[in-house]
Amino acid sequence: MSNFLPTIVSRSQSSNIMNFFVPIIAIVLTLITGSIIFLLLGFDPLYALYTFFISPISSSYGISELLVKATPLALIAIGLAFCFKNNIYNIGAEGQLTMGAIFGGGIGILFHDTNTFWLLPLMIIAGAIGGALWGLIPALLKTKFNTNEILTSLMLVYVALFILDFLVVGPWKDPHGFSFPKSRAFSDSGRMPLLFDGLRVHFGLIITLFLIFISWFVFSKTMLGFQLKVSGFSPKAARYAGFNQTTLIFLAFGICGAFAGIAGLSEVSGPIGLLYRDISPNYGFTAIIVAFLGRLHPLGIIFASLIIALTYLGAEDAQLFLQIPSAVGFIFQGLVLFYLLGAELLINYKLSFKRT
Amino acid sequence: MSDLILDIQNITKSFPRVIANNKVTFGIKKNSVHAILGENGAGKSTFVKILYGLLEPDEGSIKYNDKFFNVNSPAEARKNGIGMVFQHFSLFESLSVRENLILGIDETMSYSNLEKKLENISSKYNLPLDLDAPITSLSAGEKQRVEIVRILLQDPQILIMDEPTSVLTPQEVESLFVTLNALVKEGRTILYITHKLEEVISICDTVTIMRNGEVIDTSSTSNFTAKSLATKMLGQKLDDLKTSYDHIKDEYNFEVNNISCKFNDPFLTDLKNISFKVRVGEIYGIAGVAGNGQSELMDILTGENVNITSGEIIFNKINIQSLGPQKRRDLSISFVPENRLGHSAVPELSLSENILLSQFPKNNFLKNGIILKNNIDDYANNVIKDFNVITPGNDAKASSLSGGNLQKYVIGREISSNPKMLIISHPTWGIDAGAEHSIRESLIALSQNGTSIIVISQDLDELIEITHKISVIYNGKLSNPFKTNEVEIEKIGLLMGGKDE
Repeated sequence: MSNFLPTIVSRSQSSNIMNFFVPIIAIVLTLITGSIIFLLLGFDPLYALYTFFISPISSSYGISELLVKATPLALIAIGLAFCFKNNIYNIGAEGQLTMGAIFGGGIGILFHDTNTFWLLPLMIIAGAIGGALWGLIPALLKTKFNTNEILTSLMLVYVALFILDFLVVGPWKDPHGFSFPKSRAFSDSGRMPLLFDGLRVHFGLIITLFLIFISWFVFSKTMLGFQLKVSGFSPKAARYAGFNQTTLIFLAFGICGAFAGIAGLSEVSGPIGLLYRDISPNYGFTAIIVAFLGRLHPLGIIFASLIIALTYLGAEDAQLFLQIPSAVGFIFQGLVLFYLLGAELLINYKLSFKRT
Repeated sequence: MSDLILDIQNITKSFPRVIANNKVTFGIKKNSVHAILGENGAGKSTFVKILYGLLEPDEGSIKYNDKFFNVNSPAEARKNGIGMVFQHFSLFESLSVRENLILGIDETMSYSNLEKKLENISSKYNLPLDLDAPITSLSAGEKQRVEIVRILLQDPQILIMDEPTSVLTPQEVESLFVTLNALVKEGRTILYITHKLEEVISICDTVTIMRNGEVIDTSSTSNFTAKSLATKMLGQKLDDLKTSYDHIKDEYNFEVNNISCKFNDPFLTDLKNISFKVRVGEIYGIAGVAGNGQSELMDILTGENVNITSGEIIFNKINIQSLGPQKRRDLSISFVPENRLGHSAVPELSLSENILLSQFPKNNFLKNGIILKNNIDDYANNVIKDFNVITPGNDAKASSLSGGNLQKYVIGREISSNPKMLIISHPTWGIDAGAEHSIRESLIALSQNGTSIIVISQDLDELIEITHKISVIYNGKLSNPFKTNEVEIEKIGLLMGGKDE
């Protein structure tokens, strides 16, 4: 008797070293597949990869742009880690980001002619509150009605986007904006300070690094981090220990929402400077890839955010220099996630062509 | 040679980190009850799985009726006349007995033909069955009967029984033995896998003793006593455990009054009016066959379930019924649920980290929510040392420990905080006899220091060995307590089977 379809068999021991290398394997495989795609499109793969991954960061401007893109990704991803470690699948960071931008940006619009030191801190706090409130809705639905947070958080993304849409074409539309769907510009004190003259990288980067450090501390040194971890690994053990699951769900969603909200606010008060429709190129969704690529670890998330940010920049350069649609960036993001999940599976399981 | 039905030569099977069977060699006589005796992890199950076609040996050969025998699947083994009754039943709970039987046989058979055969089997081997009853309504003994009948329908020459008595009441065990004797009388051979010494002596003709994957001895059971078998099986002598009643104070500190709980769930057992009291320093045992409300009761005693329909739990004059697990720990009550992996310990976390699952007021593990790593490491090291936990260190993952070592660690974690009350479910379930002995010893020592202990266990021998009082849970109801040193085993057995006093 032979069996042509392989079965998936659990490995008795997954290697820690291989676990560490999963993201690297995924990236190498992505590059190889990318080369093949470029080859099929008729480009010299080396030149295409150079255009995609090297040329965007070969100047200080390029590196600054990389950091501008990586900042919201890393901040949202570390927030998502609070949820994912607890096995809560918050898919709605994009909505929480949008709501943070609306709350914080709303303050910015309200005080558009005020120049004072407290404006930016106030906007940041408002952004955090907006994101957190939006994140607490699926938490409430999950704990009260046992709804699936994947669905509710995702659907709330579209609600948030429509609210933003409504605001920028309606009540918050710039009266001097020739009816463009955008708000007034924030005052200078409502903008994130730039870190270097002439480059767009802004104070949001410092906030992000600070919050990542705080998160690392919470994850590795505090009882709260321990409780999140235990609830994620085995809910029964968490119940035995007497951890309050409801509180943990609210905390995870609240923290994640607040981080995403701050990320949204630093986008609109950083590079953008006002509210309009497309404030985020799907940072909230892409951050899910960043969180997993970084294996929910703070350092990993920093590296992953840089790599994924590079796919955004590379896609723009590819469009400019190779005349390939910038959607190729999404292809690369998809490939990374695909290989990441695949490699992870094969590290814990092996294919067996033999019957067991 | 022809009186051997199975001749096993040098069977070796290794797994990534252990040699489960190392040159296993012995013969099984036709028409006998042959025991394979060994602790958990001795390699019994691996050997049987090889014989039944579930595993492939790395080396070695099996001769079956003097012919080389090599099967690749249980179906093939059954075709060759080898049947097996597993420890865990593989029945469809929502289907009837009849449907389960017809589903379980390999060839097609009409219902009328089946019923004719069944009648024959039932009367011949003392295996009465109600064909229309759904499996859920059956007791463990009756379910096992269905499994045995299902195998007998295929007329096996060799019947493998894997730990058949582990879920049975003493009376059900008696009736199983009658069946086994009838089967042997007819010329069949029974391979009886067990770690219970008394059963080997009372029902088996020959015994093969395994330890660490190797055969230690094969010989007639008449050459052995229970004691000498134990020494061979363990490779060491264990002291007898002694319980005394002298230290027990005439003062109840734990009272359960009329606890009732309705679940509206067909897979849970409703609890009905459960009451009992435990004295200071007393070990109170709750016996019963699995699935009679033990885990439901345990959840209520630990505070993991505080939504009971009615009743109260009083500890040191405080009503703790509505308190969660941590609040109960704050009152110095500690718990060890049945399941180690994923309940009383998190397999993915280190031993040190697992300490944090169960914190008592005097433990100094946290300061303003920040974990004091040195303190939990020290605590973990002490538990490892005091309870002889075999592990490379406190940073080893819980999943890397053997069942016995992890259980010693978990119980050690609870005992080391000197609780006033310990509630423990199945303390020695699925662990080796050495660890079992040391756990029972530490429970007795703890009670002598004035800790009250509640032990919920299916293992009646265990309860008889360590408890002072014993009562039986059946279908969510708890019997009156009996003094363990006075009660007759038969009485407990009847209660376990649902027969009232």
